[in-house]
Amino acid sequence: MGYVLSRDSFTRVLKKIGQSRRIYAPVNKVGEGRFTDVDVVRYDFVTEAPEIELDKKSDYAFKEILTPLSQTLFFFTEDEVKEADMDEREVIIFLRSCDLHAVKRLDAIYLENKFVDPFYKRIRDKVRFALIGCGRSYEDCFCVSMGTNRADGGYLFSVDMIGGKYYFDVKDDELAAIFASEAESEQAVEARYVTENEVKVTIPGNVPVSVYKDPLWEEYTVRCINCGRCNFVCPTCTCFTMQDIFYTDNGRVGERRRVGASCMVDGYTNVAGGGQYRRTNGERMRFKVLHKIHDFRKRFGFDMCVGCGRCDMVCPEYISYANIINKVNDAVEGGAVNG
Amino acid sequence: MARDINTKKLKKNAFRYSKVRGETASRIRIPGGVINAKSMARIAEVAEKYGNGTIFVTNRQGVELPGIALEDMDAVNSMIQSIIDDSGVNQEERDKGYPASGTRNVVACPGSRLCPFGCYDTTELARKMDKMIFPSHLHVKIAFTGCSNDCAKVRMDDFGFIGMTEPQYDPNRCVSCEQCIKYCSIRSVGALSLVNGKVVRDTAKCIGCGVCVAYCPTRAWTRSKEHYFRVVIMGRTGKKNPRLAEDFIKWADEESIFKMVRNAYAYVEEYIDPNALEGKEHIGYIVDRTGFDEFCKWVLKDVNLNEKAEVASRVYWGGRHYDRSNDLM
Repeated sequence: MGYVLSRDSFTRVLKKIGQSRRIYAPVNKVGEGRFTDVDVVRYDFVTEAPEIELDKKSDYAFKEILTPLSQTLFFFTEDEVKEADMDEREVIIFLRSCDLHAVKRLDAIYLENKFVDPFYKRIRDKVRFALIGCGRSYEDCFCVSMGTNRADGGYLFSVDMIGGKYYFDVKDDELAAIFASEAESEQAVEARYVTENEVKVTIPGNVPVSVYKDPLWEEYTVRCINCGRCNFVCPTCTCFTMQDIFYTDNGRVGERRRVGASCMVDGYTNVAGGGQYRRTNGERMRFKVLHKIHDFRKRFGFDMCVGCGRCDMVCPEYISYANIINKVNDAVEGGAVNG
Repeated sequence: MARDINTKKLKKNAFRYSKVRGETASRIRIPGGVINAKSMARIAEVAEKYGNGTIFVTNRQGVELPGIALEDMDAVNSMIQSIIDDSGVNQEERDKGYPASGTRNVVACPGSRLCPFGCYDTTELARKMDKMIFPSHLHVKIAFTGCSNDCAKVRMDDFGFIGMTEPQYDPNRCVSCEQCIKYCSIRSVGALSLVNGKVVRDTAKCIGCGVCVAYCPTRAWTRSKEHYFRVVIMGRTGKKNPRLAEDFIKWADEESIFKMVRNAYAYVEEYIDPNALEGKEHIGYIVDRTGFDEFCKWVLKDVNLNEKAEVASRVYWGGRHYDRSNDLM
């Protein structure tokens, strides 16, 4: 059912929904950007409608709740282990279509990749989604090329803010009753979605091994500063690393953590004996890009990248990952012509 | 008509006494170093019409238009009126040019308007400061710089204000990538270290430059809502005892630094050498005479520094004392 609500009535709906659930949504964090007096949009828990940033694209993705940047898995002392507590409440995540498609990628890695990751599953089981409609394509978006511009279900309700009013297409019956009680009017509502982006990419089919040796990667050895921001903002990057911590004032007690990892950052491919598989930033870029648009597909049947463009938006060196995809495609096609 | 020029008035009206007899130069004040393109075009017009067609860009972010005939000063003053209006400089009488020149143009680096490392809007504060202290015939130099790189070279001024941010750390967003540690060490003072996978900031060593925030890929490091300042005082060039300004206060707040400067003017009025040549004396020489404690008593009067602020108990200046010795080491 479709409902139209004012900002205040949307807040009342959130309060009702929030009695038994947590609401996780993009929030404009004032002054918390990289530079002085610059805001950043990242995810946080909210209780009121105005807190939810529906206009800007979020700089950081929703994944931080499913795969926290830093998560204590369990505590240990001598011969005992205790798993870290977690909030048992259901969570509703507000996200855009591209990000909803990203959930499928996260699930593939953590639930369908030979075995189930219990720490992912225990939070994933509590998560539901609310779709944020896209009234326009944002800078760097290329969701249409990736086929992620439209969500076919998988969410409780959608929200579009148009002219100060909130438009909802509510799929869930229980929530529909709550929306109906606060609605100004009922009418047919369809979540908005974009049909064209300024940025377009062409995903290559099979990428021959020759592309791994292509000189196109060398440019990034010089340009890239291996900061890994592209990985940390990506809704589909899932890599983590483990840390066993022994507390400084009592080394017999400690915890095991897992923290986000980046295939661009130093240390990622270090192995015992001083080996390092990808030393140059160009090699790291090659690994990342081909993983997103080729290698993942070979295992799961669909591409990992969803075309949100956050990596291009965050790159301090103005490196365009979207442009690299097209360069790879050109290299593949050129290679085919040349035999 | 005989040429009868009051050179004392000429200088206070922001014209230069030139070595070329019969000529002067108009000194345009540009607080914070930012001026609209329209005013810059006007400056060029004045240089073409009354000057010798050249513009001298000064060290303190003003410009001087040389080669102006002394007889044209009134005409120049009315022609630069739109520039004075545009730059928001205080004036006493319209079409009469600048009412003083003793308190020098307030300098600013590009600051947070442009620079990734700028910790505050230096131009805005320079303009605000100029509004507060100008016009005044006292010889005072003030400069604002956005971070500890000190691109505005505020350590050459009587009062220099260096931007600081207090890095805020959220360990839950930290992935131990160690980029903050690396760049703090390379670009700054090396105040960060990793303990059990999380970053520890040596708060005594940290200079508040914000490099950690700039390089953090996850927003584990963010800037403090408050803008802070390192206050450095009594730097100067000159023939007797040129020296760099020394640290007076760190983690000072904006309200306090403005109050201190206002107080400093009262201090100078009280203690300036009554026989000072042309009524000009660097504040540092006055502090040398009255002692640091008397300076503090005046400058910190009714100043309620924020809780974080730390004030130096004593300040010692170095530099060369050419009035004592000109010998090389």
